[in-house]
Parts: sequence; structure tokens; C-alpha cells
Amino acid sequence: MLGKLSARLRYAGKRLFLNCNATSADFKHVRLIHFTYFPSNGRNVVGETQKLNMYQAINHGLALALENDPRTVIFGEDVAFGGVFRCTMDLKNRFGAARVFNTPLCEQGIVGFGIGLANMGVTAIAEIQFADYIFPAFDQLVNEAAKMRYRSGGMFDCGKLTVRAPCGAVGHGGLYHSQSPEAYFAHTPGLKIVVPRGATHAKGLLLSCIDEPDPCIMFEPKVLYRTAIDEVPLERYKIEIGKAEIVREGDAVTLVGWGTQVHVLLEVADLVREQLDVSCEVIDLISILPWDAELVCESARKTGRLVIAHEAPMTNGFGAEIAATVQAECFLHLEAPVRRVTGWDCPFPHIFEQFYLPDKWRCFAAVRDILNY
Amino acid sequence: MIASNLLRKLTHLQRVLLQIKKYGTAVDKPQFLGINSIFTNDIQFVNKDNYGSIPIYRIFESSGNVKLPDDKKLDNAYLLNMYRDMVTISIMDKIMYESHRQGRISFYMTNTGEEAVQIGSAAALTPEDTVYAQYRETGVLLHRGYPLIKFMNQCYGNCEDDGKGRQMPVHYGSKEFNFVTISSPLTTQLPQAVGAAYALKLDKKDACVACYFGEGAASEGDAHAAFNFAATLSCPVIFFCRNNGYAISTSAVEQFKGDGIAAKGPAYGIDTIRVDGNDVLAMYYATKSARDFCIKQQKPVLIEAMTYRLGHHSTSDDSTVYRSTEEIAQWSTYAPLARFRDYLESLGVWCQEREQELLNSTRKEILRVLAEAEKKLKPHWKELFTDVYKEIPDHVRKQVNLMEKHLEEFREHYPLDSFIHKK
Repeated sequence: MLGKLSARLRYAGKRLFLNCNATSADFKHVRLIHFTYFPSNGRNVVGETQKLNMYQAINHGLALALENDPRTVIFGEDVAFGGVFRCTMDLKNRFGAARVFNTPLCEQGIVGFGIGLANMGVTAIAEIQFADYIFPAFDQLVNEAAKMRYRSGGMFDCGKLTVRAPCGAVGHGGLYHSQSPEAYFAHTPGLKIVVPRGATHAKGLLLSCIDEPDPCIMFEPKVLYRTAIDEVPLERYKIEIGKAEIVREGDAVTLVGWGTQVHVLLEVADLVREQLDVSCEVIDLISILPWDAELVCESARKTGRLVIAHEAPMTNGFGAEIAATVQAECFLHLEAPVRRVTGWDCPFPHIFEQFYLPDKWRCFAAVRDILNY
Repeated sequence: MIASNLLRKLTHLQRVLLQIKKYGTAVDKPQFLGINSIFTNDIQFVNKDNYGSIPIYRIFESSGNVKLPDDKKLDNAYLLNMYRDMVTISIMDKIMYESHRQGRISFYMTNTGEEAVQIGSAAALTPEDTVYAQYRETGVLLHRGYPLIKFMNQCYGNCEDDGKGRQMPVHYGSKEFNFVTISSPLTTQLPQAVGAAYALKLDKKDACVACYFGEGAASEGDAHAAFNFAATLSCPVIFFCRNNGYAISTSAVEQFKGDGIAAKGPAYGIDTIRVDGNDVLAMYYATKSARDFCIKQQKPVLIEAMTYRLGHHSTSDDSTVYRSTEEIAQWSTYAPLARFRDYLESLGVWCQEREQELLNSTRKEILRVLAEAEKKLKPHWKELFTDVYKEIPDHVRKQVNLMEKHLEEFREHYPLDSFIHKK
């Protein structure tokens, strides 16, 4: 059954309009992706696994959620036919049009509607087609979803709301198909925010968000939908929100990132090992709010050096929060200033994307500089 | 297997044939998706003058006549109960408004002139119906049975406020009475109400959602979102627009140019009615029909209640700056309370003596609970940190500890005596 589904998904995937895998190299106007994917296999899960890319893993997670609780619904723009990124493929056929349905094209409506469902105890999984278009729903998320439990003294909440939104660079997304808006939301007490770095994490985090008693936003780096292929456990499993993960151990510099950037940093660690002969500790933050300050600080105290990298612009990006916390908590252990390697303080450009992104060379340069500090 | 394949091919063929028929050019009928119309050779712009304004449904005629609908008459106890609640809100408003003037509470918003909209509609709902309100719907909550003391607890933010003193006064809410906690951002509750109504439909409940908002709020984008979602997703929700002529100082004339809010309803495919909001029975019967319709059809209804905001917008507003006292005085003569009282007197169930008795006893009771609410301590300061999330996360826990330490050292600079000490 699952094999058949996966075959259908693969077929559908071939028609995905955003060509961002190796075959896109055939077309000169679409450049190669800026990172190498490091699969995340061998999680401590017993049972069967299957090779799935990230959209397939999300599709698995969504199907499990719908199977698990009949009071679960999925909605958003174009989700009924499978979604523009194929994450909701076949779900309408399997679970019915009352549970998987299109909404009118209106983001504030989608999130407001989801809050109402969650108020009534229905598990609401809303999709915002691109994170770039989440801003019309900013009011509903920040003033309403985040504050509902607090302002009602715990009488009402919308903890059963999960918002999924594709985010991040994709090679040619320009201003409105590339943004990483996590920092805007990280300033909002009451929300929980996660970013997966691949298929395994996407499924586990999605299932966590759905079960979490607080409203959650999962920003899914869209460039990973097809490039991120893991051996994904088929059973139900969760990845804890609020916990970061050491993806590679090291002792000279701590590198912190999330989403696609983790893969860039893993490559940077290889480069540093090769060219400077020291080891980097690479941390996937995973959870932006609440974030795992303890793990990051512990690593920073060990290595004495920290580089934070994210695609979003630098000023007031989430890197600033990490840097401020680490300098407060690890002041006596730091051997060099904390460095942030981020997108520039500009809108996300179209043809200049390669010059905009905090790619491995910019990250490598930062590591080299703080090692020489 | 073969049979099912054959069947699939047949349905496919059928669909192809249908599409040929649907998109054939031989017929001179428009075939644009989603539009059912005709072609015309005339250039004619459509505007609100092409058709009559939506009429205003009423029961209390100006001549003093009462034309009740065919549904049987409401019994006297029911009517008196509605009247009593209308009087209670008006007295509570006066006392609370004064309390603000005396600096005893920080803020208040009265309901003067809109008592009939609130009580008339609330009386036609059942306790199973979920209410989403804006802020001028105190009467709805009162008529559901919310005790007077709880209104006061909220306005004072004392330790018995269900909301734990976190929101400004009049931001009431009650799980028990199915009244979702009010928030200040206008219109955000509308798409939420639609989502809640979808949940009722999913659960096949014999109930609907009642969602209140003002005509000013109807200009927000969320109103558009909600109307469109409610219609396209077929949700059992009643939208109650209180069109009271003003959004703070902005008159309805500056708020919209069409035929009010009601005219928007049919444009979204929503069954709509405009009602005299100063006529409590008209509100009752319109709501009752709307409720029956929207539960049976699983569709939304829009009710535009025409009324007038007799009081100031809030305690932070002096409305005589932007409207004349003559205008206010003129509307006072149509005040819903007086009209309802006339009707009750015509039935022989009400008189001046009973009126005075009700006024006195209500006033006394409200003053009593007000004093009671005022005496209670505020919640423990640590309630500042709870309910942000279901569980307090580590980073917030650290901040609780920081504040605790700070208070140990600087306690005399904080009003800790007015707050509960033990937790």
C-alpha cells in the first residue's frame, strides 16, 4: 500500500514545477543547488524504513495524522489536488473532501479559520503556500493564535493548530518565493516554530507539531522537498520540539544553523578539516522557538568559538538572539567574537542569489577568521 | 476488475460528453466557470441604485402596533426575562461608567442603545451555540446566564477573574457559557467563528456559531475572508453586524458607499436579512429563523441589525466632539428599552410600579457585587507567566526566577499587597 503510494508520489514528483534536483542541470537557466545533501539516517527507530524525499515524508506524516484522529483536517490553497509541492498527494481521495479541502485564496482567512477549528478541539493543519505569503496572516498568528490561551486565562486555546509553510532559497525564487521569516515569529511568545533539515526530521517534527498543545509553525525549506532523501521510518515517531541536535562533533568551532543551512555547514566542516585541519561541531537548531540554548551554550563553552549561519537577513535575524545569549552565558569561554553569516540586509534577489546566500565559502571564511582571531 | 475498468471508462466517456455539451459554442449561453448569467448588448454599469435597498424587518411599528409573526407568541415570563436583562445591562453600564470616572476601573464600554440587538439575538440562540463577540455584546453573555459578579471580577482583574486579570475590562469570556474570550483586534474573530462552525458541521452538531461585529469592523480584511470562507465551505454560522452608525468618530457614511453591510451578503452567496436592531422581537424572530436555516442547510446567514450607538465609544471617548447632542437626543426616543416596555405594558404584564421595583433591586444588586469584586485581591504576580504555553518553557521559567529574585530585593517598590501572596 505504502509502496504503491510512494511510486505514485515519485511519478507526480517528476512533474514538480520547481526543478531543483540534479535533472535541472539540463537546463541552463536553472542553476545547481548551492549545497550537498547529507542524509539523516539511522535514527533510533526500530521497524521498517523507506527511502523517501521530504515531500513524501511529509505526506506520510499527514496521512498518519489523518488516520490517527478522525477530527483532523488539512486545508489551504490547492491542497486538494495534492498541493503545488505534492505534500498532500492522494489525501483527499483517501480521507474525503470534508477533511482535505481547498480554501479561497486568502491567508488571513486560512489561519483564522484554523484557529476556530482548533478552538473547538479539531486538529487543524493549515498550509500557507509559501512562507513569503504568511504575512497577511501575521495578525491572526501573532495577536490571536499566540495569545489565545494567555488572554483567556487558559479557558480557550488553539493548541491543535499547525501551520506549514515552504520557506527558504530555491535557486530562482526571487523576492517572494525565497524568504525565511522565522525571526518575525520568534519574537512572539505563545508560538512554537520548527524548521526540518530533511525528510526524517520533517515527518517527526510535523507529528510533534500536530500533537503539541500549543500553536506551531513548521517552515519547510522547499529546496529540500525533492533533494532531501532519507531512509525514513514508516511508523509514527516524533522529534522533540525545543531540542537541538549535534549533527557532527568537533572541538575547534561551533557552527549553528537550521534547515538547508545545516547541509552547507556540514560541507564547511569538511572544508575546514581539509584545509585548516581542525574539527567543527555542527548543530542543527531544529527548533527556533523555544530554542535549545543549553545545547548551543554547552558547545560554545567547549569550542570557545561560534559561527551562526542563516539565509534570512542579518539585522534582527534569529542569529542575533543566539549571539546575545551565548555572549551572556559563555562570556569567559569565548576566544573570539561570535560571528553571524547570513543573507544580506536586502530583499531576496533573483539573479544575484549566489551572491546573497551565506554559502559555504562565506561560512568557511568566517570560520577561518575567528580561528585566526 | 474488468467490470470496474469498464465502468471507469464509461464514466470517463460520460464526462467527456458532458464537457462537450458544457463548452459547446452552439448555445448562446455564457459558459464561464462559476457564473450563471446571460449575455447582453447594452453597456450598463450596475450599482446600488439599480435595485432597491434591502428592507428593514421590524415588528414594533411606529404607530404602536405589534405585528407578530405566525410563530406563536412568546410567553410572558420569557418576555419579562428578556426585559429584565436589557434593564440590567443599562444599569450596569451606568454604574460601571461612573466607576471609571471615579478611577476605580481603568476602562469601560457601554452598550446603551444596543440592548435589543444583544438580548433579542441571544434569546433565540441555545447554550450549545458558540458565541464569538467583538466587545459590545455584554447582554449576550448576561442572557446566557453569566453571573454579575463575574463581569465585575473581569473589570477589576481580581483573583477570581477567569481571565486572570490579563486583559483590559469588558474583554469577557466563558468556557462554561460557550462565549469565546473577547480580544481587542477587530474582526479577527470572524474567520475564527467560521472555522468553529466548520467543526460543528464536521461533528454533525445540532448547533451553530453566532458571531458579532460592528459595521466598522466589517471593513477589515478578515470580514471579507470570513464571509467568503463561510459561503464556499458551507459553514453554519450567523454573522450579526451591529450597524450603530459609528466606528468611534467615523460615521457609517465614511465607512461604506454601498447598501450597508447587508448588501455584501448576497455578493458572497450568503442569505441575508436586515433587521431593526431597536426592536427586540424583530431581532428575536430574525435570529430564530436564521438559526433554523443555517443548521438545517449548513450554510451561513448574515443579519445586519440597524441601531444607534447612544453612548460614547468608550470611556476614552467624548462623542459630542464629532456628533450633535440633537442627533443623540433624537435617537433616544427610539431607544429599544422604551419600545419594549410599551409593548409589555400593552400586554398588561408591566407597570410603572414594577419598573421602579426592578430598577431599585437591580441597582442595589450591582452595587453589592461591585463592592465585592473591588475588595478581592489581584491574582498572584506569577500568573503573569502562566498560560503563555500549556507548560512553562525553560526560558520563561528562568524569567520567573529572575523576577522572583528581583522582588526579594526590591519588594517595597511594587504593589504586592494588592496581590495574592501565596501560590
